[in-house]
Amino acid sequence: MPDPILKLNSLNAFYGDFQALYGVNLEVSQGEVLAIIGANGAGKTTLMRSISGLTQNRADMVTYRGDAIGALRADQVAAQGIALVPEGRQLFPSLSVEENLMIGGQVGRKGPWSLDAVYRLFPILKERRNQQSTSLSGGQQQMVAIGRALMANPDLILFDEISLGLAPIIIKDIYAALPGIIGEGMSALIVEQDITKALSVSSRFYCLQEGRVSLEGASATAAREDISRAYFGVE
Amino acid sequence: MEWVNAVVQGSLLGGLYALFAAGLSLIFGVMRLVNIAHGDLIVLGAYLGLTVTTLLGLHPLVALILVVPTMALIGYVLQRGILNQTLGKDILPPLLVTFGLSVIIQNALLETYSADPQKMNAGALETASVSVGGLSLGLLPLLTFGIAIVVIASLQWMFYRTALGRAFRATSDNQEIAQLMGLNRRHIFGLAMALALGVTAIAGIMLGIRTSFDPSIGGGRLIFGFEAVIIGGLGNLWGTLIGGVILGVAQTIGAKIDPGWQLLAGHIAFLVILAVRPNGLFPRINE
Repeated sequence: MPDPILKLNSLNAFYGDFQALYGVNLEVSQGEVLAIIGANGAGKTTLMRSISGLTQNRADMVTYRGDAIGALRADQVAAQGIALVPEGRQLFPSLSVEENLMIGGQVGRKGPWSLDAVYRLFPILKERRNQQSTSLSGGQQQMVAIGRALMANPDLILFDEISLGLAPIIIKDIYAALPGIIGEGMSALIVEQDITKALSVSSRFYCLQEGRVSLEGASATAAREDISRAYFGVE
Repeated sequence: MEWVNAVVQGSLLGGLYALFAAGLSLIFGVMRLVNIAHGDLIVLGAYLGLTVTTLLGLHPLVALILVVPTMALIGYVLQRGILNQTLGKDILPPLLVTFGLSVIIQNALLETYSADPQKMNAGALETASVSVGGLSLGLLPLLTFGIAIVVIASLQWMFYRTALGRAFRATSDNQEIAQLMGLNRRHIFGLAMALALGVTAIAGIMLGIRTSFDPSIGGGRLIFGFEAVIIGGLGNLWGTLIGGVILGVAQTIGAKIDPGWQLLAGHIAFLVILAVRPNGLFPRINE
């Protein structure tokens, strides 16, 4: 197994005054797609915030390519090559579609992703490029959010609840596009409430329950009963 | 003809008020900071201009080359050193801190320059005028108005056409997500304050050429700036220019009726517009 690109080392993290994560250990290898599943309030979003730097922790609790990044600010983490597609898309309403994408590229990392590449992936965005981002449908907004993260040419991309609030048909499209998006070399962490979807695109998964890892394993061989137990905490 | 004259002179005066207001508008637009010290920073700009002109013997307009970057630097340091610490969900800390700053600046100016009214010497520019259709227009008010248009057009262009403007708008929309884009909001806010105080320096020098000034007049300039911003509508820079013009016209017409009514007429115009259109004439920010 290659060296992990990202490691969480007994991560304790807080959501406000409330401790949301207790001693979470986790590894992501280069090029691996990892799924994080868990019920509401299990700590998934705090986990994403801790990796992306929106929640700052003790430096050595998060290591990226061997460097302790747990205490860095989000803009410093972004410059290292970690991008987040946030829950609820969170586009900039004052910016047009194209400006939203361009601001994603502002970190100035080199790589395969550019405006043209994003427009090839989502041709509809090219047609809509001068519109306000809020005038798009939910699915199109999700495309912008994904494109905006890709524009940073990240080595690790985090997806927080990408299917939340979207129509099933759109969810299907987005999941169909995911392998092509993640592509070669890029690692991804996918947070998802839809267990079937999450397992179908990932190679391994971690299940969180009340801030602790309750189960981890290979996605292909995961037993449903084990997951239900780990997910809901019922015996 | 006298009334036409009052309207035209008032419009030109509005250019100066728009310069007072532009920095205020920019700061509020980017970081929702209401800067109570803005008027005193305008006066500080005027005094810096005075120091440069007397020390180096430069024309006040040439002094802009030194005063604008100095004020911009002060703005950046002020923002990163103090004001960033006050920003958060609560709107009270920045109000209190900038109020304190206002007191400090006034007293520092008083200590350094005394309470005597000062004026910058701009030579022939102060009295030169051109005749247009029977009206005699001062070159200085015309120049001030022209500068206001150029400043506002530049800010508008910067805001909507450059990477920096994009970063300002994104940070204004959502600070956390902007951080995820690799933008350090503390630095972005520092740049916004630097830009705003650069504009404030221009406002201070134009003020200092036009009238005499002393350390205590900041509060009044702040009110004019506020009124111009609110009349025009928050977040709309061209609206701010129109707001300045409306305020200027109201003041000169008031003064025409009775010299004592100048300021009162401006405030009444402001209150009337606030009563009819609480969001200003051309609001851009919807909340």
